[in-house]
Amino acid sequence: MADMFKRVPVREQEAKVRATNFDEVCYGYNKEEAMEEASRCLNCKNAKCIQGCPVSINIPGFISRIKDGDIEGAYQVIGESSALPAICGRVCPQESQCECKCVRGIKGEPVSIGKLERFVADYALEHDIKPLKAEKMNGHKVAVIGSGPSGLTCAGDLAKLGYEVTVFEALHELGGVLVYGIPEFRLPKEKVVKKEIEKVKELGVKFETNVVIGKSTTIDQLMEEEGFEAVFIGSGAGLPMFMGIPGETANGVFSANEYLTRSNLMKAFDDSYDTPIAAGKKVAVVGGGNVAMDAARTALRLGAEVHVVYRRSEAELPARVEEVHHAKEEGVIFNLLTNPKEILVDENGWVKGMRVIKMELGEPDASGRRRPIEIPGSEYEIEVDTVIMSLGTSPNPLIASTTEGLETNRRKCIVAEEENGQTSKACVFAGGDAVTGAATVILAMGAGKAGAKGIHELLSQK
Amino acid sequence: MYKIRKAEKLADKIYLMDVEAPRVAKHCEPGQFVIVKLDEKGERIPLTICDYDRKEGTITIVFQTVGASTEKFAALKEGDSFQDFTGPLGRPSELVNEDIESLKQKKILFVGGGVGSAPVYPQVKWLKEHGVDADVIIGAKTKDMLILEDEMKAVSGNYYPCTDDGTYGHAGMVTSMVEELVNGGQKYDLCVAIGPVIMMKFVCLLTKKLGIPTVVSMNPIMVDGTGMCGACRLHVGDEIKFACVDGPEFDGHLVNFDEAMKRQQMYKTQEGRALLKLQEGDTHHGGCGNCGGDE
Repeated sequence: MADMFKRVPVREQEAKVRATNFDEVCYGYNKEEAMEEASRCLNCKNAKCIQGCPVSINIPGFISRIKDGDIEGAYQVIGESSALPAICGRVCPQESQCECKCVRGIKGEPVSIGKLERFVADYALEHDIKPLKAEKMNGHKVAVIGSGPSGLTCAGDLAKLGYEVTVFEALHELGGVLVYGIPEFRLPKEKVVKKEIEKVKELGVKFETNVVIGKSTTIDQLMEEEGFEAVFIGSGAGLPMFMGIPGETANGVFSANEYLTRSNLMKAFDDSYDTPIAAGKKVAVVGGGNVAMDAARTALRLGAEVHVVYRRSEAELPARVEEVHHAKEEGVIFNLLTNPKEILVDENGWVKGMRVIKMELGEPDASGRRRPIEIPGSEYEIEVDTVIMSLGTSPNPLIASTTEGLETNRRKCIVAEEENGQTSKACVFAGGDAVTGAATVILAMGAGKAGAKGIHELLSQK
Repeated sequence: MYKIRKAEKLADKIYLMDVEAPRVAKHCEPGQFVIVKLDEKGERIPLTICDYDRKEGTITIVFQTVGASTEKFAALKEGDSFQDFTGPLGRPSELVNEDIESLKQKKILFVGGGVGSAPVYPQVKWLKEHGVDADVIIGAKTKDMLILEDEMKAVSGNYYPCTDDGTYGHAGMVTSMVEELVNGGQKYDLCVAIGPVIMMKFVCLLTKKLGIPTVVSMNPIMVDGTGMCGACRLHVGDEIKFACVDGPEFDGHLVNFDEAMKRQQMYKTQEGRALLKLQEGDTHHGGCGNCGGDE
C-alpha cells in the first residue's frame, strides 16, 4: 500500500555517473510504480489540477485508467488535450502548474502527475499505440510555420479535425527547442522526440524541412500561390542576446543557443558527428534560467569545471527547482550575486578570464523581483577559458518584416489574441514564444491549441 | 534530399555543382548564400550562391576543399544528393535594390580572390543583365587556379586576371592591380571585394587610402545561418553584427578583419583532426602528436 502523504520515488541515474554521460537522468516509473502512484489520486470531482494545466488535460480521467491498468485508455484521454505527452511529462514545470493545485499537496506531497503522464506516453511509444485520426478530411489547407511545441500542437489538433496541414521548418530537424535546445539527458531525441513527432505524422500532418519563411518563401506567397487558407506562426523566440561588454566577440564566448545547438542538434558531443565544439576546461555560464542550467550541465558532461554566474541570489533563479538541484548534485558551482563587467582576452583572441563585480539586492523592480545593484569597488577577476551567455532570447524579426500587415510590439513579438491566436492580419494566427517571448514548452502548446481553435472557427464557417 | 544535377572539378581543390533546390532557386538574389549538410552526421556549411536557374530550379555552388566536410562534398558525383540544402540566406547585395539608372552612372570594380571569384560572378552577371558593365579583377596563386574565366569574361566590362606567380595576366596581388588601374586614371565609385579575409583586409586598406567605398562579403563560422546563435558575429564599426542575417555584405572600411581572422581559427585543431581521420581512414591510429588517435 502506498504512503498517502509521500510520492512513489522515481528512479534516477546516480549523480557521479550521469555527470559523465548524456543519457537521460530520470528513468521514470515502471507500470507497477505508476499504478501505485496513481492510487494516491483522490479523483476530485472539481479537479483543481486540470485548471493548473495550460492545455486542460483530464488528469483524474487518465490517472484513474492507470489505476485500472488500462494504459492505452489513459493515453487516449491525454491525447484529447495534448499531442506531446512524453515531452511535457518531462519538461513542464509541474510544481507551478498541475501539481501545485493538487489537493494531496496540502498535507503531503502532490501526486506526481508529470511522471505519470510521462509513463503513459512512454508506454504508448514502446507499444506503438496509435493516436486517433480524423475520420475524414474536410478539404481545407493550413500552413504551420515552425515545428516547435506550439506548431506541432496546432498541427496535431487541426489534423485531428480533418485539415490538410503542412508544417514548414527552417532547420534540418523537426522539434524546434525540443531538438536544439533541451539536452539529450533531459529529453532523449531518438527515443522520445522523434517518435513523438512520428505520432503527429501518423495523424496525417506533412512536414517540409529547410524552409526559412521570409527567405525561401513568404507567408503571403503560401496563401496566394500555394493555396493555404490559413497560417499559424509558431516560429518561437530564437535570437540570442549578448551583454554588450568588452571582449564578447573573443574565441571561446558562445551564446547558449550556439553551444546547445552544436551539442544537441549537431551532436558535437559524439565524435562520429562532424560538427566540432570547443568544450572548455573552466566554463562560466552567465544567467540563471533553464537554458543556463542546460548549458552548464552540458559543459560539465564535456569535461569542464562549470560556474553559473548570476546577478541575483538563489531565490530569484528563474530555472526549475529540479534542474538547479540536479545541476548542484552533478557538481556545477554557483557564483551568485555576481555580474560580468568584461571578458579578458589573450593575445591570440581567446578568453582567458572574466572581470566580475559583486551585487546586492535592492527594491523589487517591475517584474516583482528585487533589483540587483553593483557594490562599488568589489570588482575582481576569475580565470575561465569559455563563457556561455545565457541571457534570454527574442523573436526573429524575419517573418514579421516579410509579412505585409503583421503587427508586432516593441519587444518584436507578434501581436495576437490570447484565446484564438488571431493576429492583425486576416487568416494569420500566431502563438508560443513568437507572441510571448521566451516562455515554457507547455505554454507554447497551449497557444498552439488556441491557434488551432481559432483557425477551426474561421475555416469551418467557409 | 537535394539532387546534384552536375558535378565538375574546376581547378585543383575547387569544385562546381548544380543542385536541385526549387524553393531556393525561385527566391534567391545575388549576394545570398545557402547552408549545405551532406548526411545524417554531417555539419552545416555555408556556401555562397554562384548562379541560379529559376526555370530549372537549380542552384550553382562552388567550393574549395579545406577540411573533412568539403573533402566529402568533393567526392560526390552527378546523381548523388545532399541531405539538407537551406536558403536563400542573408541579405541580397545592395546593388539589387538600387535604382538601375543611377547604377548605370556608377563605375563599379569587383575584386575576387581564389574561390571568392564564384560569389562575384552572380553580381557581375546581374549588373550585365541590367545594362551595367563592371570591371572585374580576379586573383589566383597560379594560372591553373583561375576559375570561371569564360563566364566572367562574358559578363564583365573589363576583365583583369592576376596571378601571384605571374603565369597569367597581371603578375602580382589583386591590390597591385587595383593600384595600377587607379594610377592609370580609372575612377571607381564602388569596389566589391570577395575572397579570403586577408585579401579583403588589404583591398580595404588600399581603397580607404584611395577613397573608394568598398563592400566586402564576410565568411565567418556559421551554424544555423538564420540568426539564432551568433556564431558568425563580428564587429562592424562599434556594432556587433550577425553576418548570416545582417550581412554577409558589409562596409569594408568598418569591418574588424583581425578579429574576424582570429575567430575563423577557433576550431582549427579540431578541423585538422577531422581531416586526418578522413584521409587516413582505418590506418589512423594517432601518434601524430596532435590528434591523440580516436580515443
